[in-house]
Amino acid sequence: MELHKIGIAIAWIFLYGYLIVASIDFGAGFFSFYGKLTKRDHIINAIIDRYLSPVWEVTNVFLIFFVYAVIGFFPDVAYMYGVALLVPGSVALLLIAIRGSFYAFANYGARKNTVYLFVYGVTGLFIPASLATLLTISEGGFISVDGQRVELLLHQLVRSPYAWVVVLLAIVSVLFISASFLTYYADRANDTEAREVLRRFALYNSLPTIFVSFLAFFTIRTHNPEHFERMLSMSWMFMASLACFLLALALIIQRKWYGTAFLFVMLQFAFAFFGYGRSHLPYLLYPYLTVESGVTSDAMGVALIAAFVGGILLLIPSLFLLMRLFVFSATYVQGRK
Amino acid sequence: MFAFDQVIAARLLTSLTLGFHIIFATMGVGIPLCISLAEFVGLWKKDVHYLLLARRWARGYVITVAVGVVTGTCIALQLVFLWPGFMQLAGKVIGLPLFLETFAFFFEAIFLGMYLYTWDRFQNPWLHWVLSVPIIMGAVGSACFITSVNAFMNTPQGFRLENGVITAIDPWQAMFNPAAPSKVAHVLSSAFLTVSFVLAAIAAYHLYRKKQHEYYQKALGFTMLLALVFSVLNTVMGDWSGKFLAESQPEKLAAGEWHFHTGARAKLIVGGILHEDTLETEYALGIPLLLSILAKGTPDAKIIGLDQFPRELWPPLYVHYFFDLMVGLGAYLFVVSFLFVGLSFLQKRGKLTRFSRYNRPVLAAIMAGGPFAVLATECGWIFAEVGRQPWILRGVLRTGEAVTPAAYLPEMLVLFVLLYVFLAVLVTSVLVRLFRKTPPEVELEARKIIL
Ligand code: HDD
Ligand code: HEM
Ligand code: HEM
Repeated sequence: MELHKIGIAIAWIFLYGYLIVASIDFGAGFFSFYGKLTKRDHIINAIIDRYLSPVWEVTNVFLIFFVYAVIGFFPDVAYMYGVALLVPGSVALLLIAIRGSFYAFANYGARKNTVYLFVYGVTGLFIPASLATLLTISEGGFISVDGQRVELLLHQLVRSPYAWVVVLLAIVSVLFISASFLTYYADRANDTEAREVLRRFALYNSLPTIFVSFLAFFTIRTHNPEHFERMLSMSWMFMASLACFLLALALIIQRKWYGTAFLFVMLQFAFAFFGYGRSHLPYLLYPYLTVESGVTSDAMGVALIAAFVGGILLLIPSLFLLMRLFVFSATYVQGRK
Repeated sequence: MFAFDQVIAARLLTSLTLGFHIIFATMGVGIPLCISLAEFVGLWKKDVHYLLLARRWARGYVITVAVGVVTGTCIALQLVFLWPGFMQLAGKVIGLPLFLETFAFFFEAIFLGMYLYTWDRFQNPWLHWVLSVPIIMGAVGSACFITSVNAFMNTPQGFRLENGVITAIDPWQAMFNPAAPSKVAHVLSSAFLTVSFVLAAIAAYHLYRKKQHEYYQKALGFTMLLALVFSVLNTVMGDWSGKFLAESQPEKLAAGEWHFHTGARAKLIVGGILHEDTLETEYALGIPLLLSILAKGTPDAKIIGLDQFPRELWPPLYVHYFFDLMVGLGAYLFVVSFLFVGLSFLQKRGKLTRFSRYNRPVLAAIMAGGPFAVLATECGWIFAEVGRQPWILRGVLRTGEAVTPAAYLPEMLVLFVLLYVFLAVLVTSVLVRLFRKTPPEVELEARKIIL
């Protein structure tokens, strides 16, 4: 495989990792708030806290990892996106910063405060929305490049239907992923009451997810027909995604095998996300920057891959241990330890 | 070159974020070691006090880590937004340690999660202690990697620049650049020193408030011993950093020491006021020969002065004050920790007993040492970073050439100032509330019943 393919695959895998773990976290924040509003917080919040407490910090690292992987493998991206994204990027940072620091606050009893839960829940939806907008921008048409002068065309962005569909898709996906995971987690904890509430959240968000996905599919056709063509040429991936979704939905409806159902949700997003990513190639920023033109030197590429292999060998056993201790440990999940 | 304001705004925002991050980063590097050592002593001596110490530090640590992660995410992305030209070039040459740093974070984050939530889960308590080792490795590792990036900015190597095109890239050579060893050593030793003193200051504060529980006395004795060890170590590492500068970055040392004329038997200048036009100093304490001795080891060594450099490449001369302050505070920290540890040593042998080592002036001096250590860290960084000016990459890229051309920079500066004010208030109030709500006396009561 060539360097640029390996590089983009590594970056994309970690963005997918972020998509899953961060969605669970963001959605959980929103459900806490929503639970409070609808006076069901006493049912679901214990489950949410038990899961989030030990793993929240890992979530953020996925994002940083993606950023550094892209800068390492495709340093030219740093320039164009860096200049274009000063304002929206800073706003996203601000949201991440507020949310992250509120977490520390929450550890010490602030969870019962409605204002706190509101900020925590709502930033959890704004962050994925703003990050998804990054992908929208990469489709081209929203950045003007003139030599060293790079500018984000904000007016075009807010008037684009495609951009809004992507924002909507990000939000419903977050809620769907999160609810289906938490349903599984509550089920493992033998907490039937919480499971039923969360299961309903999952069902409410299931059809909107798939509906908005279709919308995104059709709006990209007008926005970037070239990309749409490439998506059609690998349409099997999107079909597979739909199939996984239907399987997951069927299991959740039948109240069966929540773990398997969540696995299918993960597969649903894996197929869609990698299908989108593959069809996005060769462009990193349409039409200015491609993976081939932007890739780093061979020497750096080899060093990064060596670092990656070493790092992964270290991480996999550690992550496995973390899961063993918290997510898959029945005694922990059920709150006995 | 872009507008002057643009560079100023970008530099202000960078220094603000880094200055804020470094406080929490320093805590993040040092606290795991202290926690681990306390738990070790507690298990070894079967002493609940030390175990409780480890627990309470760990609880506070979670909060400083949260803010460290948040501000770290800010600085990582801000470097891309504010200095896109630098990150583009840096990504090509020094991307490796940045990438490695994320693995260190991962490693630390994973084991921190385990450590914090498994205090009573293992049959064998030593297993819990073992979990602290990877946390220290992650924290120290991330400090090594990021400091190597910073060292690269001072002594860039591992690439060639021909007509604006970078060739012959060697990421390993860039990572192991000449400034890295002394810088990493000094950053680590100063982080350990700072944390020991901050923790000691907290214990001293409680004793000062007339809480005479053994718990606080042990906490103070333990942290002051660490502080003494690290203060000696840190002075050695700082000396090494200075010797390195004399060798490889003489303009920074010369600016820090107000050493204008190249020559042997150089005088060390402490404090004073400089007349920038005549380059005369007033009210300064001048110690003959000392600069040559400190920088090169012998009084006859020749020390390069600023006269060897064109004036537009001189770093700002005010860095002198930051250097002196750092060294002065370092001396203070050494004296205080030496006094306290010496006094404890004598008293355990039955000498000088009419004079309590927990007397109020000593406690007050230790309490001041916490904030002073943090101040010394900040001064050190300002000296190191401002002393590199006008270069962002020494000899390769000037700061003014690397700044973003994007609009609305001043507005972003205001936005982040507000964020940091908010964060500072939040962290302080959370930490104070946390430790007020459950004083150690109460926790000890609760635990003694179990143990
Ligand atoms: C508790 C904090 C602290 C204390 C007491 C000291 N330092 Fe320091 N110093 C740092 C914290 C620090 C630092 C924050 O770690 C810096 C900033 C950048 C760096 O590499 O380390 C630093 C930088 C720094 C540099 C510049 C390195 C460079 O730019 O490459 C020199 C020459 C010294 N120090 C020397 C000393 C000496 C001789 C000290 C005598 C006591 C001393 N420092 C005390
Ligand atoms: C010598 C100076 C620095 C030291 C010692 C240091 C150390 C640390 C530490 C200990 C943390 C907490 C990480 C954790 O506990 O998981 C942290 C967070 C972070 N730092 Fe710094 N840092 C320094 C400077 C920088 C700089 C200049 C950058 C940007 C390039 C940076 C980027 C980050 C990032 C991205 C995080 C958040 C990581 C996460 O998401 O977990 N740091 N740093
Ligand atoms: C973590 C400890 C650090 C602190 C507290 C720190 C502090 C500062 C300060 C005060 C400035 C402003 C200098 C001026 O305005 O003259 C600055 C500039 C800068 N630093 Fe550092 N720095 C640290 C480490 C790093 C590292 C590890 C990197 C690189 C990854 C870095 C990259 C920069 C850049 C790009 C600038 C702006 C350009 C310049 O003024 O040179 N810094 N930093």
